[in-house]
Amino acid sequence: MDRLLNVSAGISALLFVIVLVSVRRSRIRAEYSVSWLLATGAMLVLSLARPVLNQVRQVLGLPDTPLAIFLLGSGVFLVVFFRFTTIVSHLRDDNIALAQRVAILEHYIRDLQKE
Amino acid sequence: MRATGPDSLLVIVPAFNEEGAIGEVVRSVRDSVPGVPVLVIDDCSTDNTVAVAQAAGADLLTLPHHLGLGGCVQAGYKLAFELGYEYVIRVDGDGQHIASDIPRVLEKLKETGCEMVIGARTDHDEAWHPGRLRTWGIQFFRWVLRPILGRSVSDPTSGFVGVNRRALALFTRSFPLEYPEIEALVVLQRRRFRFEEIPCKMRPRRTGRSSITAWKSISYIVHVLLGVFVNVLRYERRFHRSGRDSGSGG
Repeated sequence: MDRLLNVSAGISALLFVIVLVSVRRSRIRAEYSVSWLLATGAMLVLSLARPVLNQVRQVLGLPDTPLAIFLLGSGVFLVVFFRFTTIVSHLRDDNIALAQRVAILEHYIRDLQKE
Repeated sequence: MRATGPDSLLVIVPAFNEEGAIGEVVRSVRDSVPGVPVLVIDDCSTDNTVAVAQAAGADLLTLPHHLGLGGCVQAGYKLAFELGYEYVIRVDGDGQHIASDIPRVLEKLKETGCEMVIGARTDHDEAWHPGRLRTWGIQFFRWVLRPILGRSVSDPTSGFVGVNRRALALFTRSFPLEYPEIEALVVLQRRRFRFEEIPCKMRPRRTGRSSITAWKSISYIVHVLLGVFVNVLRYERRFHRSGRDSGSGG
């Protein structure tokens, strides 16, 4: 049980550091790092603060702590994935609109050059 | 290339690696509707599609990277709308559509005042041989679309489509990206726009291969089915995202 929480805390801390380093090296834009930092921070707190985890487990009515940490971890990261899916969808829409605009402007430029 | 007159028509031809057929397509359109501009929208082809289309007398809209069929067609619609065209007819770049049917599609658009006219392949067309999976797919989508559209549609997958300016205005804002034909009907229905079909013959594909292979047909059915239901359930605000153009679905 303690080992599971230690592993969970270790992974969360590692992810937290990787995200911070990535932001520092400009691999991730700061605004997109917030979701990861919040998710890994939350997992770190839940893994290290046993009373908090127990409290959450009781509120959710879950029978044991490993299940609670697994479900909470899955839930937190699903929310993060959903957020990034919406961001990617918007970026794709914007990318398509921009590509179409570039093509249309090039068409106008060619027309002007012909004249 | 700006529109002239109240009944201005533009023929658009989305093309991706169609160097073998595009020249003949452009020439046959120009012969069938003399004086009507033909716009080939090149979806970043890696062959000589652009050069062949240009040599045949087409205007060109060249996309900077590959967008897929929906993004490609929507780019043409956007340009046509900006240039003030009243009617746009889409013909595929593979030579399957018969250009002499274009005046019939245009006439139907004018005569009925409906927003879209589909040049529909009929089950009796001997020249058209879709695979078994594709035939089932078409039958399936006829069945799915009937309650959604409130009427039957004989060929929901046809790419031979004419639209008027009202549909053009809608499609510049919202147009399905990957497999647009079926979803576009649902987008129209959401606005209570009307469509009509006229029977048209199709030629077998002249060169190259259809992008929809047998395996892709299954993916096509799943994607389009999802797209149809997403469009049915779509929150209206997405049609009016302020200050930004948007594709949809796909």
